Amino acid sequence: MKKKLLSVLLSTAMVAALLAGCTKNPGTSEVTSTPAGSEVVSGNVETGNTALAAFKTAVEEKYPELKEGTVVDLVDDGNYTATDGGKEIVIYCWNDEFQNRVKDHCPDYKADAADPNKGTYKGVDVTWVITPNEGTAYQDKVDNYFLGTDTSAGTVDIFLVEADYAIKYTGQNASLPMSEIGLDDSVFADQFDYTKDAVTFDGKLKGASWQACAGGLIYRRDIAKEVLGSDDPAEVQKAVADWAAFSDTAAKLKDAGYTITCSANDTYRVYSNNVTSPWVVDGKLNIDANIMNWVNDSKEMVDNGYTGTYDLWGDEWNAGFFQTGNVFCYFGPAWLINFCMAADQEGSVAHDGGWALTEGPQGFFWGGTWICAANGTDNKTEVAELIKTMTTDKKVLKEIVEKDSDCVNSKSLLSELANDTTFTSDILGGQNPYKIFLDGVGKVSLKNIGQYDQGCNEEFQKAMKEYFLGNAELGSLE
Amino acid sequence: MSKVKRGKVVSYNKWGYIFLIPFVVTYAVFQLYPLFTTIYWSFFKYYRSGLSVIGPEFIGLANYKELLTTDLPKYALNTVIMWILGFIPQIFVSLLLGSWFADPRLRLKAAPVYKTIIYLPNLIMASAFSMLFFALFSLGGPVNAILTSIIPGFQPYSFFDHTWSVRALVAFMNFIMWFGNTTILLMAGMLGIDASLYEAAEVDGATPTQVFWRITLPLLRPILVYVLITSLIGGLQMFDVPQILSNGDGFPMRTSMTMIMYLNKHLFSKNYGLAGALSVILFIITGALSLLVYKVTDRKDD
Amino acid sequence: MAKEGAMQLQMDKEKVTGGIRVRRVVANVVLILICALCLFWFFVLFINTTRSNSALKAGFTIVPGGYLIKNFISLFKGTLPVWNGLLNSVIISTSCAILATYFSSMTAYAIHAYDFKLKNVVFTFIMIIMTIPTQVVALGFIDMMLKWKWNNTFLPLIIPAIAAPVTFFYMKQYMDSVLPLAIIEAARIDGSGEFRTFNFIVMPMMKPAIAVQAIFCFVANWNNYFTPALLLSKDKVKTLPVLIAMLRSADFLKFDMGQVYAMITFSIFPVIIVYLVLSKFIVGGVALGSVKG
Repeated sequence: MKKKLLSVLLSTAMVAALLAGCTKNPGTSEVTSTPAGSEVVSGNVETGNTALAAFKTAVEEKYPELKEGTVVDLVDDGNYTATDGGKEIVIYCWNDEFQNRVKDHCPDYKADAADPNKGTYKGVDVTWVITPNEGTAYQDKVDNYFLGTDTSAGTVDIFLVEADYAIKYTGQNASLPMSEIGLDDSVFADQFDYTKDAVTFDGKLKGASWQACAGGLIYRRDIAKEVLGSDDPAEVQKAVADWAAFSDTAAKLKDAGYTITCSANDTYRVYSNNVTSPWVVDGKLNIDANIMNWVNDSKEMVDNGYTGTYDLWGDEWNAGFFQTGNVFCYFGPAWLINFCMAADQEGSVAHDGGWALTEGPQGFFWGGTWICAANGTDNKTEVAELIKTMTTDKKVLKEIVEKDSDCVNSKSLLSELANDTTFTSDILGGQNPYKIFLDGVGKVSLKNIGQYDQGCNEEFQKAMKEYFLGNAELGSLE
Repeated sequence: MSKVKRGKVVSYNKWGYIFLIPFVVTYAVFQLYPLFTTIYWSFFKYYRSGLSVIGPEFIGLANYKELLTTDLPKYALNTVIMWILGFIPQIFVSLLLGSWFADPRLRLKAAPVYKTIIYLPNLIMASAFSMLFFALFSLGGPVNAILTSIIPGFQPYSFFDHTWSVRALVAFMNFIMWFGNTTILLMAGMLGIDASLYEAAEVDGATPTQVFWRITLPLLRPILVYVLITSLIGGLQMFDVPQILSNGDGFPMRTSMTMIMYLNKHLFSKNYGLAGALSVILFIITGALSLLVYKVTDRKDD
Repeated sequence: MAKEGAMQLQMDKEKVTGGIRVRRVVANVVLILICALCLFWFFVLFINTTRSNSALKAGFTIVPGGYLIKNFISLFKGTLPVWNGLLNSVIISTSCAILATYFSSMTAYAIHAYDFKLKNVVFTFIMIIMTIPTQVVALGFIDMMLKWKWNNTFLPLIIPAIAAPVTFFYMKQYMDSVLPLAIIEAARIDGSGEFRTFNFIVMPMMKPAIAVQAIFCFVANWNNYFTPALLLSKDKVKTLPVLIAMLRSADFLKFDMGQVYAMITFSIFPVIIVYLVLSKFIVGGVALGSVKG
């Protein structure tokens, strides 16, 4: 009790110090804030919780059935309905990305001049229902439709999903098999396997994407030259060909005053895309060997000062995009390079064309939007044609590459682009990235996806951050 | 006195009921029904997993037992700590400013300007405000830059990674957002105090301290009670600021997780049973505390 | 002459109480610092609004960038119905402020001015429900609104404001300190009906309290995101916070933090104006002391 009282007093003093720091000329105030802060470590160990136990708790809060060691079986009872003749095509989405692709590239779609969320497709009215993806708002919207609690938009024909939670809908017959609307597997033959794995359940393909968000390792040429002696992608690849080499290179970078990545979270996706077992086995949490490799490798890297523990998209993460930063590489797909690395800002590495791309230790993807046909659609034919056009029509896909710089979901088109010298990137110092994306993404497999992935991936990274920072021991799942 | 009052007012009493109708009807329709369902489901195992609905299955008090025996007490403590950290400076500053504004001898020429400015931070929505906080307190941000340049050997401090700095930032942000609100409430209360009382005190040569303790504070009591109770309720319901500043998770190791953040977790995972039980517990704690504070501070009989 | 004498008296008094000047200086210095702390955030917001998405990634600087106008142009030329959102927010927040203050005063008046059997029961009941966190009933409320098909209308966002326990409690406390029953009885003797007394005698006396709660209510509804996000899915009815959320969840091709900051600045302006207008009632000091015994 005394201890608690003391800590309250201490922290009160700290607030006072903080306030003083902001209102008066700082003198002694900051000095007091340092010891108050350093008290932290002992404070956290006091909670007695380990990182893995915290992970387990957090996952069980999200999925209470795991507390009892059971899973809720995904059942696709094959009870599909899809008819024609509906008056309106209703599309659920969380932003206007797909809307713009359709508007810009779909020949049969006519946009309404006044209302961006209205249009017509082959004479049928189209209504876009956009629910921003803050919290779980978008998924709630879709859930409420399929659970029958929200019928306000009428009959939904198309809804979009992301890979993290696609199985929630593909596994419970919310989304129709493509074969059910007349699109058999041959239609999608040119698409990458992982994009099909993500929306396949019980062997049935239940969605399609126009994107293949293949990723690679994006490194700084100047640092590569300085530390590795060359900025040639093939040479650099040798230094990061596997995780052991990656770690050795990290040590060299550290000696030169750089960190290999900004944060341990940068590599998480690369490891987690290459797992050989799902998150839940027989109703129990299961940590795949490759995920455990990420934990061990990252802990070592953080402890050695090779990398940090910052959140992606935070200020610390962004800082590495600039010449003043000291981050050697990022893992990311085309959209990260083209739109997120501040290429239009003076002083950024991208502005000076100072990045280059190589495959990195393992293949991975990041992001992407999948189009699903909603069970119960009353515009079966139009839905099928829209999906087919937007995800397989090479003319449309080529346009998307040219206008929006998306990495599209077509093996043959990407191969063409890889050999096309006009498709070079200024940000990458004139390199053509498509060959590397093509090689990397071919290796990604999503055979082990499960209904608990989204929660497990999120909570696992959060819990491990505590372990990396030394706030908690690793512990065990028991 | 009371006899006379009753005698005169009695024929008008039905108007008391009439004036209550809009409130009671609206409340019953929009709040009471959802409230009863919340309480009802608290005795059930009832949640969503994906598109499946588990339950409802009656399980008695199991949800309550689970909450009280696991981490809820810890989150209650976090909440109280962060509330106190923010409330003490807030009430102190608000009373000080209020007494300055109310003191006629001080004649602060710029008082209207000051009064107007202090509430402004509350106009920025918490989510936008926290974006500014992240930018300022990040590792490469201006706060660390200033500290590094002032204190020799200071290493940039990651404010969002340590228990007490996160709690302090939460309290600090709550303070900035809400002290103007408290000051305004107190000021509006002070305006209700007869200015002639102050003038009389001045003539009698009372010191500012005497004026504050003997005139301002006693007459302000109803409003002070309001401030105390609403701040207590607001404190126990603390949510958006720690939610955003600690990444929705009370980072680090849930030491900045509040009770409503915990409730929010169960609401988001659509666990109607646990969320219901947690709501009822919260509601009992806050309701009891508020009534207690009200009974202790608002003695009508003097 | 008399004036001089008064001044002399005043000066003497200041000497007697001692250090009033020092206190004034201290008060001014502290207040200026506190005001600087309050305004600082608007300065940061303004700086960020003047910078491009990419420049924002480079971290905070105190030097404004050259993107202020560009950010606003891209905001207004974009597909988001910003002006519509502004109008919707104004309608909802104003209606809520009016309904909440008027009906809460009425409820408080019922408790304050009348002596009926259930008075204490009702008061205790409202005190208790005041402590219920909004999140507790949110899920049930939204399910009910969806069932009634009241989504995409403003009704579920406006009408519940009639029953605002916290506003009621403030009004009640305020009446306790400024509204003697003698006034009401005097009005009755003059032949004023109960509604008339409430509307034309009591309400004017509540002005500062109404202004305070109107501001709080307006701001709270202006910044409310949770319920509108779940109930308003058509662009035409969306409020500003929902539009901000849409900007923030834009896809990478269009994601523009500069525009987000411009939108935040844009949505703060009207609240500041409403606040400045209403704050006159509080800050200017409405003479109320006259009836206080």
